[in-house]
Amino acid sequence: MKTILDAKVEKPHIGTIKYEPKDFKPDVDVRWCAGCGDFSILSPVQRLMPELGIPKEKIVFVSGIGCSGRFPYYMDTYGFHGIHGRAIAIASGLKIARPDLSVWVATGDGDNMSIGGNHFIHGCRRNVDMNVMMFNNEVYSLTKGQYSPTSLTGQITKSSPLGVLDDPFNPVELALGSGAGFVARAFDKDRKHIQYVLEQAAKHKGFAFIEIYSNCVIYNDGAFEDFTRKDIRDERTVNLEHGKPLVFGKNREMGIKLDGFKPTVVSLEDGKHSVDDLLVHDETDTTLAFILSNMTFNPKLPRPVGIFQAIERTPYDQRVTDQINHEIETKGEGKIQELLKGKNFWQIN
Amino acid sequence: MQLAGNQFSNTSASSGIDVITFPDYPSEIRAPEGTLYGVSAFQIHLGSKKVTTPGDYIDVLVAMNASSLKVNLANLKNDGIIIVNTAGFNAKNLRLAEYEKSPLETDELKNYQVISLDFDSEIKNVLTGRGTPPKIMRKSKNIFALGMTYWLFSRSIKATEEWLKTKFKNKEDVLSTNLTVLQAGWDYAQNDERLKVQYNFQTTKYKKGYYRNISGNHAVALGLVAASKRANLPLFLGSYPITPATDILQYISAYKKYGVKHLQAEDEIGGITSAIGASYGGSLAATTTSGPGLSLKIEALGLAVITELPLVIIDVMRGGPSTGLPTKPEQSDLFQAIYGRHGEAPLPVLAAESAADCFYMTVEAARLAIKYMTPVILLTDGYIAQGTEPWRIPDLDELPEIDVKFCEDSEKFAPYRRDPDTLARVWAIPGMQGMEHRIGGLEKEDITGTVSSDPKNHQLMTNLRKEKIDRVVNDIPDLEVSGPEEGELLMISWGSTYGAAHTAFEKLHQQDIEISHIQLKYLNPFPKNLGDILKRFKKIFIPEMNMGQLKTIIQGNYLVPVIGLHKVEGIPFKSSEIVEKIINILESKEVAK
Repeated sequence: MKTILDAKVEKPHIGTIKYEPKDFKPDVDVRWCAGCGDFSILSPVQRLMPELGIPKEKIVFVSGIGCSGRFPYYMDTYGFHGIHGRAIAIASGLKIARPDLSVWVATGDGDNMSIGGNHFIHGCRRNVDMNVMMFNNEVYSLTKGQYSPTSLTGQITKSSPLGVLDDPFNPVELALGSGAGFVARAFDKDRKHIQYVLEQAAKHKGFAFIEIYSNCVIYNDGAFEDFTRKDIRDERTVNLEHGKPLVFGKNREMGIKLDGFKPTVVSLEDGKHSVDDLLVHDETDTTLAFILSNMTFNPKLPRPVGIFQAIERTPYDQRVTDQINHEIETKGEGKIQELLKGKNFWQIN
Repeated sequence: MQLAGNQFSNTSASSGIDVITFPDYPSEIRAPEGTLYGVSAFQIHLGSKKVTTPGDYIDVLVAMNASSLKVNLANLKNDGIIIVNTAGFNAKNLRLAEYEKSPLETDELKNYQVISLDFDSEIKNVLTGRGTPPKIMRKSKNIFALGMTYWLFSRSIKATEEWLKTKFKNKEDVLSTNLTVLQAGWDYAQNDERLKVQYNFQTTKYKKGYYRNISGNHAVALGLVAASKRANLPLFLGSYPITPATDILQYISAYKKYGVKHLQAEDEIGGITSAIGASYGGSLAATTTSGPGLSLKIEALGLAVITELPLVIIDVMRGGPSTGLPTKPEQSDLFQAIYGRHGEAPLPVLAAESAADCFYMTVEAARLAIKYMTPVILLTDGYIAQGTEPWRIPDLDELPEIDVKFCEDSEKFAPYRRDPDTLARVWAIPGMQGMEHRIGGLEKEDITGTVSSDPKNHQLMTNLRKEKIDRVVNDIPDLEVSGPEEGELLMISWGSTYGAAHTAFEKLHQQDIEISHIQLKYLNPFPKNLGDILKRFKKIFIPEMNMGQLKTIIQGNYLVPVIGLHKVEGIPFKSSEIVEKIINILESKEVAK
């Protein structure tokens, strides 16, 4: 059934689709605190957009509540600032109704792991085609400093003056366990890597989840210093690259080897191991993705970043369209007047 | 029994008799058979002229077991007919029904015409030698009862025969059993001399056209599809299953060949927020629920109010609070619908008066939502949602126009620029070049839509949102008073109470008791002439299935005292209860408290 919406949706873009990053910067002040990690996400997103070749009017950023919630206001595309925790649900309705759009979600660890947890796990499972960027600062910032579901055990916050008693979520593991097809992690201090990971997410058809560590300078400053600081970053993180062995270290002198299901660090300099002994990343291997995600809180291992898993299956929004088309092909397009009449009608003359 | 009831009402309605039905069933899926709480009943009211309620008192009761007799006996008329299946009165049945002695053996039923027979052995007799499996035999007893009632009300069994042939076309043994048993029921009734009467009906004078029996939930589903056609917008339904609204989601989910999209969301909040997302994308979006679900959706309703997006919310009210009486009707969500939000967040609230009216009010809710760029709540309840009545199938062209005005000129676009008449903001959706904009839950500056916490601007935007909803009053019909335009007593009903109230009004007029009646279908804003009408009556009376919610609102808005009749027993009003109350008011000079 063609509607007026189809006429709007199918309207061709006037002019060439050629943008500069500045074309995605609206004329408003960005109101995050000076030094906030979120700036380091905004900038690669604005750089990525021209690369995608999608007309601006077909791009929508949806958010929930928190510092990340302001993100849509800082992108000169369509944008919807929703309510706490519901960004994925809003984006799901939008994308199902409008499969022609490129739908992005900006959310945070409180928004997405706590109040929005239900929409998140079902979003992963349902696989509506969207890119979910979760800015993880391991604290509630906009409400001024309470602990979040990703705060570390023992962390001192305004609502845990004696230390957090909860154990944190590992968002990557939760996404994998909930059935997300594309699962990745990046951090604020490596903007190029963020841009790379987001570009892969954009190309992935289906639900893509990207956890991005974002330093909160006010309420949790230095939360990720132990592995993102420039001088130790190479030793404390390992970049997952599809088809490549897991090598890390300042001089790429260390690697990850699988000992059964257990990842262990080996030296490539002591003559006992070579690159050939190392675990080779395969982003289509779910079992491997879980093993890698489990490295996250292990102090003996580098923090894995990059794309843990990228497995495509037909997105939900596509399945909805396919089901409609199949019905129309097999039964013919429904006539609403006939639907009103039904089968058990009678006539009065 | 629900199935037999549906057959009886379809057959009756299609032969030109007016029919209102009231299915009354327990909330358990398969409640233990024979228990008092497990009684599944189906009440049918037939009329040679228009009927508007499922009837106050019963002329004929078919009791399949002791519990169903016990639960329904109080509503039986003196000298009424009881067809009793004695097979349902064994020791176990009597114990479950908490009878010490069988009522068939005491004088408890002396004021009624009792036609007792053993359905099981009658069925066994007619099926002798066929080797019918006992399970199929047992299941056919409702069909036997249907055959008997068809004779009693002089209805043809033909339509049901045809229906059985379609339903069981691949189950030869079930089909032949049921056809035989249906005829046997008819024959039994015809030959039983204890049945002294056979009811005959003149047919109702219906308007020309095609008709079908329809329930309120089905009518809502069709209304949504019809409204999307009238608006020429795709339909999106985001919902979560909840009794008694689930049927709507189920109907819609089967409408794929009409291009309808739906999402059975992970929860009530996901239902409404996905609908808001679809609305932002330019769909006619809706969410369906019942009381507890509406409570969960309320935060998101605030979002739809501030983003000024069209959205239709259907609340099929049930007994509350909390899980309450999930399968029973109540009208206790009125406060929630009108006031239940954080912040100043007015929105239109409508209520359907009957099953068929659910169709028209759904279309109306969609029309107002789109025209005024606002969420609209439509209230129905478990009674009209599940009860049925004949509905004249309208031509789509007869329905009101729903004019969607997408912004055409990107030069003139600003997210909160408004139509000067309706104050609706202009609608631009993703995909429209040059109109990229951001909206959301934060207060926005008038016209430009940039985030603003300016105090004067918040006051202005709050005023605009209120004024916009106030202006809906210019778009809704004035009330028409049934009965004298002024006088002693005005009865106001809303929602499903219409049927009992209107019947009460008619009964009083037959007794030359002059009262007046209005039905409120628009509960926010109220029709323009309501204030004037209220002034013309000495007493205002409102019967409602809650503890006085509309009464409180009317008193508050118009400063007139109102006498209420309140009932939350999980069953609709009887018209006689309302008649009695009105006579009481008129005689005793009862005043509002």
